[in-house]
Amino acid sequence: MQDLKLCAQDKRGIHELEAGKDLIGWDEVTQGSVLPSFEGDASNVAHLKQEERCYSDFNSYTATVASWRVKKPVFNIDVCIDCQNCWVWCPDTSIISRDKQMLGIDYDHCKGCEVCVEVCPTNPKSLLMFAEQEDLETALSQWPEKKKKEK
Amino acid sequence: MAEKFDLQEREVWDGNYAASQAMRQAKVDVMAAYPITPSTPIVENYGAYVANGYVDGEFVMVESEHAAMSACVGASAAGGRVATATSSQGFALMVEVLYQASGMRLPIVLNVVNRALASPLNVRGDHADMYLGRDSGWIQMDAFNSQEAYDLALCAFKIGENHSVRLPVMVHQDGFITSHTAQNVYPLTDEAAYNFVGEIDPVDDMLDFSRPVTYGAQTEEDWHFEHKAKQHKALMDSVPVIEDVFAEFEKVSGRKYKRVESYMMEDAEVAIVALGTTVETSRVAALRMREQGIKAGVVAPRVFRPFPFDEIRDALENVKSVAVLDRSSPGGAMGAFYNEVSAALYTTENRPLVTNYIYGLGGRDFAVKDAMDIFADQKANADAGHITTDIQQFSGLRGPKLGFFKTKRG
Repeated sequence: MQDLKLCAQDKRGIHELEAGKDLIGWDEVTQGSVLPSFEGDASNVAHLKQEERCYSDFNSYTATVASWRVKKPVFNIDVCIDCQNCWVWCPDTSIISRDKQMLGIDYDHCKGCEVCVEVCPTNPKSLLMFAEQEDLETALSQWPEKKKKEK
Repeated sequence: MAEKFDLQEREVWDGNYAASQAMRQAKVDVMAAYPITPSTPIVENYGAYVANGYVDGEFVMVESEHAAMSACVGASAAGGRVATATSSQGFALMVEVLYQASGMRLPIVLNVVNRALASPLNVRGDHADMYLGRDSGWIQMDAFNSQEAYDLALCAFKIGENHSVRLPVMVHQDGFITSHTAQNVYPLTDEAAYNFVGEIDPVDDMLDFSRPVTYGAQTEEDWHFEHKAKQHKALMDSVPVIEDVFAEFEKVSGRKYKRVESYMMEDAEVAIVALGTTVETSRVAALRMREQGIKAGVVAPRVFRPFPFDEIRDALENVKSVAVLDRSSPGGAMGAFYNEVSAALYTTENRPLVTNYIYGLGGRDFAVKDAMDIFADQKANADAGHITTDIQQFSGLRGPKLGFFKTKRG
């Protein structure tokens, strides 16, 4: 069963996107609303994994949009064939894959669009949608059997 | 390397050619343009410099003015020195992106050759397009002749790219009257011009891969107001930089510019406040009025944005009657320029009488005689101690006399 903070550095999803507490004034906002994505020198950032990058507080990595979701995809590692289809199609870079192995979902950024489930080719599917409040263990215990071919 | 362009000490250039030479001398990295009358020759001439090897930068032909300004935004965000030119309908199509450029604090230089806005379609000069850019957050400077179109275009880069400003700058000139009238222009040498403008020192440039940045963030009610306030303050605070650049330009050229130009105002009793080529016409008229014993003067904002509220007030507070001339159809209000000048004068002790004249729409000629008639109206107001005419009148219009509103003072 997946760790909810899979491959996450401490800052991932630490604040709600629209939270409005202690906002700074006009004299402190960035010039031209230009927002740097990283802290410090980011020359090598393309070669680092997400959890190794020094994302700035402006980067959406540090914000969670989990509350936008009403249904969530659940990943079943026992059925997955690591085809990477879901990784390719996910519009929110929320499929976590390392060394071409599918590991799970970034639940801070997944918006529940169901595209990963749609493109999953296995039988039964390795990704299925469940209600947001369903815990992962219960979800996995309800996984369907392989569909038999019709004769 | 770009070929060297031989220039005489004195050249005979129209306003368009003068502006194109300033773009070449500033060594613009990217010009993205979609030519439109009457600014077409700026782009056309610049294209010829590119074709003949006088330019090292990129010249991008696009499919519309919206795309032209969008390409300028991209190139400027990338960190380049960027310029373009447009007029009228093209300016109108650019408007959406003008706000993007200023909001992102990108120091693009836009040469605007002022022309009327359709409908009815008209290619001649009035200030409808210049007024359309009024609230766009750009610095707006106004040239009254070809020399000034050249000088101000060079100053524009140095002002906009200054790190304490970082705002886009428009340089306006009157369509045809300035843009197509050949006049004596004294250019700087290529070396002197580039030394004056200097190299661009980019800020938050997208080609800095060690510091990736997001441009064009979305900010709703929790952030938008703060960003716009900061932008407005930057525009208001650009005043000392504009004055410094004008002072530096005087050192290299001998030509002195001020945020508000005043002519014969030391003892003036009546004044015309105008923009563009009308300023020179009004100066001639003021001299003729003085021959008749009427103390006439002329006041003209060189810098239209940020609006010189302070200097307009200083220039006009001791005058008895002021005529503010708007060369743009006011669309159901007093002229915008009239309103701005009036607001400044309302905060003075003396509160001069202020009247509004709509004139010269669609390139209708504004002659010395027209300006003299306006001065004569002001003299009558000054003598009577109140406005004797309608507050808003139309100068040079055929048909029955048109005017709006009477004064409630005196």
